[in-house]
Amino acid sequence: MSAALPEGFIIQRLRKLGAVSVFAWHLLAQCGPALARPRLIVNQIYNAGARSLVIIMLSGLFVGMVLALQGFDLLQRFGSEEALGTAAALALLKELAPVITALLFAGRAGTSLTSEIGLMRATDQLTAMKMMAVDPLRYVAAPRFLGGVVAMPLLGAVFSIIGLFGAQLVGVKLMGVDRGAFWSQMQSNVGLKDVVEGVVKSSVFGLACSLIAVYEGYHAEPTAAGVGLATTRTVVASSVLILLLDYVLTACFI
Amino acid sequence: MTGSVKAATTSAPSGAEVVIDVRGVSYAIDGHPVFDGLDLSVRRGRITGIMGPSGTGKTTLLRLMTAQIAPDRGQVQVWGRDLAALNAAQVFAMRKRMGMLFQNGALLTDLDVFENVAFPLREHTDLPEPLLRTLVLTKLQAVGLRGAADLAPAELSGGMARRVALARAIVMDPELLIYDEPFVGLDPISRGMIVRLIRQMNEALGITSVVVSHDVPELSMIAHDSYLLSGGRVVATGTPQDLRDSSLAVVRQFMEGSAEGPVPFHYPAPDYYQALLAVEDP
Repeated sequence: MSAALPEGFIIQRLRKLGAVSVFAWHLLAQCGPALARPRLIVNQIYNAGARSLVIIMLSGLFVGMVLALQGFDLLQRFGSEEALGTAAALALLKELAPVITALLFAGRAGTSLTSEIGLMRATDQLTAMKMMAVDPLRYVAAPRFLGGVVAMPLLGAVFSIIGLFGAQLVGVKLMGVDRGAFWSQMQSNVGLKDVVEGVVKSSVFGLACSLIAVYEGYHAEPTAAGVGLATTRTVVASSVLILLLDYVLTACFI
Repeated sequence: MTGSVKAATTSAPSGAEVVIDVRGVSYAIDGHPVFDGLDLSVRRGRITGIMGPSGTGKTTLLRLMTAQIAPDRGQVQVWGRDLAALNAAQVFAMRKRMGMLFQNGALLTDLDVFENVAFPLREHTDLPEPLLRTLVLTKLQAVGLRGAADLAPAELSGGMARRVALARAIVMDPELLIYDEPFVGLDPISRGMIVRLIRQMNEALGITSVVVSHDVPELSMIAHDSYLLSGGRVVATGTPQDLRDSSLAVVRQFMEGSAEGPVPFHYPAPDYYQALLAVEDP
């Protein structure tokens, strides 16, 4: 029994991975036709992106402020307080902004996508579309997927900018780091490669989170409990995958 | 079809062209058989009522007829084409000739009433906006809800949602309309109106209609042909009057709404007395 349990678990995971891959294939095939209706995609960018802005900006501000406090405390021990700008920028651009934005996105927009599609399934809206000869993958899933994919890097960029503002606020105004040193060190030590790393990470997380959210909603059991479970699975799977992918991508960039 | 009720018919009714032909269909869900050798036919230009107790597989039958699911055995033909032989594009092409009214309306919640009715037109045609607007308003007027065009689905009552769904189902002028329990949960006014609409569309437009329902009085008013399902097969067929006059026990039980008869009211369970005694045991 103890040997059978992991084996069954592994097979179950592999089946799920296969199902997600097949779904992703069909979804990508519908993304082209979905582009013919840009209004639907713009609506979803607004839903996933603009409606997440407040939580992203607030989180970015506080993360940047905490980063400045901790960074100042650490750098002060080595007499390198002027490097605070560089440290905050690198931490935000390469790591904190993509990861925290993705985790917040999974919790705010991902759950919203899953529950919305799950409820559409539970109330026969997806079946009704199929009966009207409209593929719900094209009309419902693809615009939401594309909306998430576009919104994530934009949210990541907003997080970084607000985070840097927060770090500067605490570092310069509160802790007394020289403003010129803060910005000039950042300018001379942060390169395009660092920005690209953050953008790539955000884009990959956007793909992963949106795919999971849309998949779980599309395959939710059409009951209240089923939609709730699917929403939970979205958060758990997205969070674990974000951290796993973050390690893989970081290893690739170093 | 005006003769006496037939028990478990196996051949297509003669006369008008057969639009839907279900032959020897068997279907099981999780190993539990729903249909076992089901045969029935729907003829062009007629209203066919499919009746049966709850849980007898009426909605499953509609899903088989519309290629949402495939039978385990047997064949479903629509307009002479075997549904199992159609690819996804052909199934979608066939569905453009159909309209379906869902039990709960299934309106798209992110669109208002007007856009819900316009949805099939926007997806499948390139009609200019004024013509599209005229068509949508005509259909909404037919169901008495032109004034509700700007409302959201959440603002509609159950009966209104069903009528909007009906307007949406007919907006593409389908040749075949399928109704899944159209009378459930409606007040008498809405119920009477849906009955009249189904009949009007059949008489004025010649639309072939399949109505799945267990509301015997309403179905009797409009159906030309009726099938009674029970135990996974057709147990009786004929006109509604034939079914009313039938002496078959299963037909009588259903038409009279009796708990006693061949169709068990109780779900299979252990002995009632023994079960009550078992509760008292510590």
